[in-house]
Amino acid sequence: MSEHARPAPIAAPFWTPGVLVLTALMGIAAIFIAARFAGGLAAVTNLKQSHPWGLWIGIDVATGVALAAGGFTTAALAHIFGRHHYEAVTRPALLTAMLGYTFVSVGLFVDIGRSWAIWKPLVFWQPNSVLFEVAMCVVIYLHVLYIEFIPAAAERFGEKIKILGTLNRVLDKVMWVFIIAGVVLSCMHQSGLGSLMLIAPTKVHPLWYTPILPLLFLLSAIAVGYPMVVFETAIATTSLNLEDEMQILNPLTRVTVFLLGLYMAVKITDMAVRGTYSYLFDGSVQSRAFLTEMIAGVIVPWVMLLFPGVRRSRRWLFISCAMIVLGVALNRINVFLVSYSPPHATQSYFPSIGEIAVTAGLISGIIFFYRVAVTFLPVLSARPREVKP
Amino acid sequence: MQITRRSLFKIMGAAGGLSAIGSRAAAAENTSDDDYGCLADVGRCIGCRKCEMACSKVNALPPAQTSFEDMTVFDRNRRPDEAAFTVVNRYFSSRADERGQPVPAYIKVQCMHCLHPACASACITGALKKQENGAVTYNPSRCIGCRYCMIACPFQIPAYEFSDPLTPRVRKCTFCFENISKQGGLPGCAAICPVEALTFGTRSELLKIAHQRISEAPLEYVQKVYGEHEVGGTSWLYISKVPFEKLGLYPLPEKEIPHLTETIQHSIFAYMWAPITLFGILAGAMRFFNPQQMSGKPSQIQTEKEV
Repeated sequence: MSEHARPAPIAAPFWTPGVLVLTALMGIAAIFIAARFAGGLAAVTNLKQSHPWGLWIGIDVATGVALAAGGFTTAALAHIFGRHHYEAVTRPALLTAMLGYTFVSVGLFVDIGRSWAIWKPLVFWQPNSVLFEVAMCVVIYLHVLYIEFIPAAAERFGEKIKILGTLNRVLDKVMWVFIIAGVVLSCMHQSGLGSLMLIAPTKVHPLWYTPILPLLFLLSAIAVGYPMVVFETAIATTSLNLEDEMQILNPLTRVTVFLLGLYMAVKITDMAVRGTYSYLFDGSVQSRAFLTEMIAGVIVPWVMLLFPGVRRSRRWLFISCAMIVLGVALNRINVFLVSYSPPHATQSYFPSIGEIAVTAGLISGIIFFYRVAVTFLPVLSARPREVKP
Repeated sequence: MQITRRSLFKIMGAAGGLSAIGSRAAAAENTSDDDYGCLADVGRCIGCRKCEMACSKVNALPPAQTSFEDMTVFDRNRRPDEAAFTVVNRYFSSRADERGQPVPAYIKVQCMHCLHPACASACITGALKKQENGAVTYNPSRCIGCRYCMIACPFQIPAYEFSDPLTPRVRKCTFCFENISKQGGLPGCAAICPVEALTFGTRSELLKIAHQRISEAPLEYVQKVYGEHEVGGTSWLYISKVPFEKLGLYPLPEKEIPHLTETIQHSIFAYMWAPITLFGILAGAMRFFNPQQMSGKPSQIQTEKEV
């Protein structure tokens, strides 16, 4: 265990050109968000009566939740199954999840028509609604994530801010409850997101509409957890000029071969059982989107990861993990947007500049605050890279 | 204070949290054959648009862009939207009159007021509700604007006020809920229809009338009442001399739309058994694999000593 350094704040200049770009993107998004609250959703989005959900639901919410799965998968591995080898990646994964869910909430706040009424599901319960279950889980899980992050904040500021230190000591005894609750809540709403579109059997394309969609969402969220950790750790260590953490990341991907393989097997079996392969090559937008999602996002990276050479190469490991991450993102976009074909629609939906700008701004926000957190809080364990002569 | 059996159940229901098992049964209880419905006879409709006008007036909708006497609107297919709860569309069937002219068929489109409404099942706060008299109504004071009802509706009916920045509403036919709640009250459209293409009554009566009409003219009418079985039954029923799919009334499954999601939700969350079991299994795993975590001594403290 002593082979890794303790998590520590990063001693790197904050205002790099990359951070300035992020700030600019957030600024542009802020302008469009202001326009949305001044002129309504119609002023900024391409949403229409036939297509009430768009990019903000497909990416900011559905994809955001899926890609934040690294938080609970690494917590389960290191804290529940006691694989302390992975301890070093739990904090960055937890931070990503915390920021991811925070921005999921921001995205939802902007997207729902009556943002000021966002608290109402807490009072008016409707347990028939899948969305109600998802919302409750997300609200509770968001709090659990912040609680799980308290030790990191206390390590740095616990002396200065007395209440933080006290809170941390109290939590120490019961943290295991929150760790397990986080995993349970994640399993519930990751699968719940998959149940959402099951309410529209006549509108969702048969390639995606299956009663086991919740299971597929859960399996893909679990499968994408570690690749997402590899993906973001590689980006973070490269851009912050830190030592790469290949010795941790490499074994993570062996687990991924199994988890992604399981998702792939269940998904292909489901297609075979329902006979939906007949839609695979009909040349429609949906068939092409499904093939892209499955081949480039699941099958090819899975085959790549079978090779030890790929798993040992920093570059190829990054490429294969990025493909898995993008594959799951595409799956969520497909399920929520591409597959959705209402019977009386006269036009199809394509996101507006404003929707794209807000989504880009929210993603920038996640990266920006990740940068802030790793700069000031003990999150990353990687040591600065040796300066090469 | 006396706790009645009913209120005790309510308290228990609240304590049970997400596991409101009873609600599915309750939703089904809400519908009965005495619910009101409306029978639309497509064969009788002459496309006068009086129902559109009456609807606009009764529901105090924003003024229409063109007059209700303007028949050029039929040149394109319309959908109900945030400013019109009902529209009449014209279709030309393969039937021709004596002079060989194609016979138009006019069909009124509005909320079908499903017996098991997907919108109400989807609604996160219960803003949409199947009332005991058959109407599916919307309560804006509960709505958060998630628009999941629009995703859920198989008839693509709920419309949204996308241009309203702060208090947009879901807009759809109310079945003139307040009118029909009164003795002898009619929905605006059925009250004004000059050719009795729309018949208001209890659903069971209407089904009798519908079957009588189609069986009396078997060569003219399609031998089916649209809405009798579709998506578990709807309060609005259609009979027609033109195949329904040519009128935009597409084939739909007979199973109620929310069946699958409600079955999944209620089997997983009954008494919260699944989350509790998972919590137990994970706690057992943690106790076995990582006992220090449970005793409040996370492994990182050990690491500190080692380092």
